Amino acid sequence: MQRLEPEQIAQRVAADIPDGAYVNLGIGLPTMVANYVPDDREVIYHSENGILGVGPAPEPGTENPELINAGKQYVTLLPGGCYFDNAESFAMMRGGHLDIAVLGAFQVSARGDLANWATNNDKYPPAVGGAMDLAVGAKQVFVLMRHTTKDDQPKILEQCDYPLTGQAVVKRIYTDLAVIDVTDDGLRVRELYAGNSLEDVQALTGVRLLPPA
Amino acid sequence: MIDKTIDSFSEAVNDIRDGDTVMIGGFGSSGIPLELIEALRLHGARELVIVSNNAGVAEEGIASLLRDRLVRKIVCSFPRSAGSIWFERLWERGELELELLPQGTLSERIRAAGAGIGGFFTPTGYGTRLAEGKETRVIDGRGYVLEAPLPADFALLKADRADQWGNLVYDTAGRNFNPIMATAARTTVVEVGQIVPVGDLNPECVVTPGIFVNRVIARKENRHAAA
Repeated sequence: MQRLEPEQIAQRVAADIPDGAYVNLGIGLPTMVANYVPDDREVIYHSENGILGVGPAPEPGTENPELINAGKQYVTLLPGGCYFDNAESFAMMRGGHLDIAVLGAFQVSARGDLANWATNNDKYPPAVGGAMDLAVGAKQVFVLMRHTTKDDQPKILEQCDYPLTGQAVVKRIYTDLAVIDVTDDGLRVRELYAGNSLEDVQALTGVRLLPPA
Repeated sequence: MIDKTIDSFSEAVNDIRDGDTVMIGGFGSSGIPLELIEALRLHGARELVIVSNNAGVAEEGIASLLRDRLVRKIVCSFPRSAGSIWFERLWERGELELELLPQGTLSERIRAAGAGIGGFFTPTGYGTRLAEGKETRVIDGRGYVLEAPLPADFALLKADRADQWGNLVYDTAGRNFNPIMATAARTTVVEVGQIVPVGDLNPECVVTPGIFVNRVIARKENRHAAA
């Protein structure tokens, strides 16, 4: 079976980001998607703290400590970019103005419920940030995650057993094994990476998968 | 003649009382009024309710208020981050009350308070643990959660420049929560890099109109540089 490296999943998501899209990339692995979007596509990246037109990391020595992204990394602003306050930023998110949000996940359910902000470990202090607003607000929510936990337990389940970030919000799941669409009929495999059979992927998935259409 | 300039950081915060709700601007390491927070720590008001996106890291900013046990409760969206040791310690010991909000709910509750709105229905958090105990409603087939305005006694903020009327402009993403918090507090105190004469700020570019601001104070290093 073929398992993609995290960078390769990011690359696969990037292929589906269209020219002209307004996109929010979640903290961590989703942020890497920007590295792989082809140069001939103009994509405007949003950062929840209040930036549209986020550019690459600054050259060493030119960082502005005030200019950071949601992951608290130093960034730059592209020509045409702008700043705004947090309430306006979340109006963009919640109000359906972003075309795509790419988010990490602990679990996704058969109907597209997303669990990505907390586990069931109540000894660990919680934090939620902008995850719930993006989940309900972006026109399309793409999840980028490993197909299973580190001990090969499925993360795509009939029901999430971790606390939900949002109900029925995920549109597509990109994992290291396959690309899966959340449809009205259920989870439909959109793409199997070379070397992976539907049976292989099904065996690591907690819900019945529909074959590619 | 209006001049909202204050010269001393201790004077800028000396009427904050035990039990007050204090909004503190900033997101991550950006747009945080560190000198006002230090003045508040030295002022020593206790049992504070702090409203802020994060809970501070290491010994800096809000973390120093937590360390000195000045905070009863924090209203926050992302309190845990790399280095948020004081938040984690007090939370684990049950010595700090946490009201965790989705970030957009935090900012919209602040905005509502400043705009005279009595509450709003948001789809964010519907059907999740963070909506438990809150009134919900289905509007046009979609679930929403009722959220209340979130006002404060004081807002401690950071901007790049102010004029004597309290008009503010910001430095890039340092804007974040600062403009909305300015509207939601009874007394808004702003730490800036520079105070310029009235008329110097381009009126097309003023982000926070001075009506929302009560006090402005220039950071010490800038005043030394100017002297």
